[in-house]
Amino acid sequence: MAKYLLLKHYRGAPAAVNDVPMDRWTPEEISAHVQYMNDFAARLETTGEFIDGQALAPDGMWVRYDGEGRPPVTDGPFAETKDLIAGWMVIDVDSHERAVELAGELSAAPGAGGKPIHEWLELRPFLTAPPTVTE
Amino acid sequence: MNEAQLRSLTPSVLGILVRRGADFAAAEDAVQDALVEAVRVWRAAPSPSSSNGEHPMRDPKGWLVTVAWRRFLDATRADAARRRREDLVDEEPAPGPVSAVDDTLQLYFLCAHPSLTPSSAVALTLRAVGGLTTRQIARAYLVPEATMAQRISRAKRTVSGVRFDQPGDVATVLRVLYLVFNEGYSGDVDLAAEAIRLTRQLAAAVDHPEVAGLLALMLLHHARRATRTAPDGSLVPLAEQDRGRWDTGSIAEGVDILQAALARDRLGEFQAQAAIAALHADAPTAEETDWVQIVEWYDELARLTDSPVVRLNRAVAVGEADGPRAGLAALAALDASLPRHAAVAAHLHERDGDLVTAARLYAEAAHRAANLAERDHLTRQAARLNSRSSEAP
Repeated sequence: MAKYLLLKHYRGAPAAVNDVPMDRWTPEEISAHVQYMNDFAARLETTGEFIDGQALAPDGMWVRYDGEGRPPVTDGPFAETKDLIAGWMVIDVDSHERAVELAGELSAAPGAGGKPIHEWLELRPFLTAPPTVTE
Repeated sequence: MNEAQLRSLTPSVLGILVRRGADFAAAEDAVQDALVEAVRVWRAAPSPSSSNGEHPMRDPKGWLVTVAWRRFLDATRADAARRRREDLVDEEPAPGPVSAVDDTLQLYFLCAHPSLTPSSAVALTLRAVGGLTTRQIARAYLVPEATMAQRISRAKRTVSGVRFDQPGDVATVLRVLYLVFNEGYSGDVDLAAEAIRLTRQLAAAVDHPEVAGLLALMLLHHARRATRTAPDGSLVPLAEQDRGRWDTGSIAEGVDILQAALARDRLGEFQAQAAIAALHADAPTAEETDWVQIVEWYDELARLTDSPVVRLNRAVAVGEADGPRAGLAALAALDASLPRHAAVAAHLHERDGDLVTAARLYAEAAHRAANLAERDHLTRQAARLNSRSSEAP
């Protein structure tokens, strides 16, 4: 019973094995990829392990507080591919091993040539509530 | 009668349906429907006199059995299902004089069946034994209701082949109840209180010293609950808790139950844990804690469980009983990658006067903390020592 974030991003991970940009795939390959992701989420719903999954638009901006009575300062957008966070999925599983297993399955989503992308996903455990029994 | 008392009828009502030949999964759905209906009718007309006809509060158990059985029949009206039901009735031995106590115990065993994963066993126990709704359980564990519904129906499928009269292992049930208690609380259901209620109900159904041990452990920890967190949500360590606000009634009950269990001379890990909690509860001030006895109980606990977490907590107790150097020596024998190892080391180094090492270890422990309140607490400890050493000449 632990929640994990599966984060798909391109910050510092090594290149995927099947590293062809999506706009060089065939439309059918893109459909197969999307279908794989949907099927994966649907299957996790039936096992009672799915919490949430969202994709993010590539364009974002920086925002910060600029003092009392002033509007927030914004900067950007910066849409550099190497910094892109593509999306996430949150799962609730019984063990770390299960979380690793599922991340591995998600990374097998098909890409160019219908072959698995083998892309790197970041797996991060959620911080929990403190246990009742401590000593 | 309140809603928790109404829910306490769940196991016996479910047992009656199963003994009439209903399969567990369908019976469980029917009882859940009946409970929801009972609450709805009850809220609309709080007392029997203010409503016409049948009212759930006149004879709550009879009402629930009638409504649940009707729901079950409605749900299985299809021909195939009816045939299956008739077969089941044929197969079942004539229902003998089976008590609600036996039904309750069998349900605990079924819902904690070893074929279930811990999270499935927890969810199924809270629904089929506790009578909570799927929505309440989902909110308590911060998962979507659809996910929790799938988890529960999958769990029911997993145990569908298990015979209802098969004896189970009390230890697996205790592990599930301990998980419910220890997971903390969120949503509109107080899971710790619910775990205590379910363990109390189990203790009434089976005479077992470890069931008593777990109930005592829960009561002793629950007694300190109000003092464990400050109004801003931050953790208050045991030594700094306001002992005047501990629930003395809960402590007295826990100690009584524990002493009766220990007198039977069948020690188990929950009794040993409860004994440690009782020694803390017994100390009027943190300074008066009987750490020597606590170390002895940790030795017992280590013998019973061989758990590295127990050895880690033992090192803390040794540090209090025999001084920080002895605690650090006990800690040195343990794997440094254990959760909370750095936090324990930081505490012992601080007591030994090595504030620079302690501050570094508190920061490291904060980085590795598995929960937010503990991380914030450890970060504050590091900050406290760092600001003190920077003030020094």
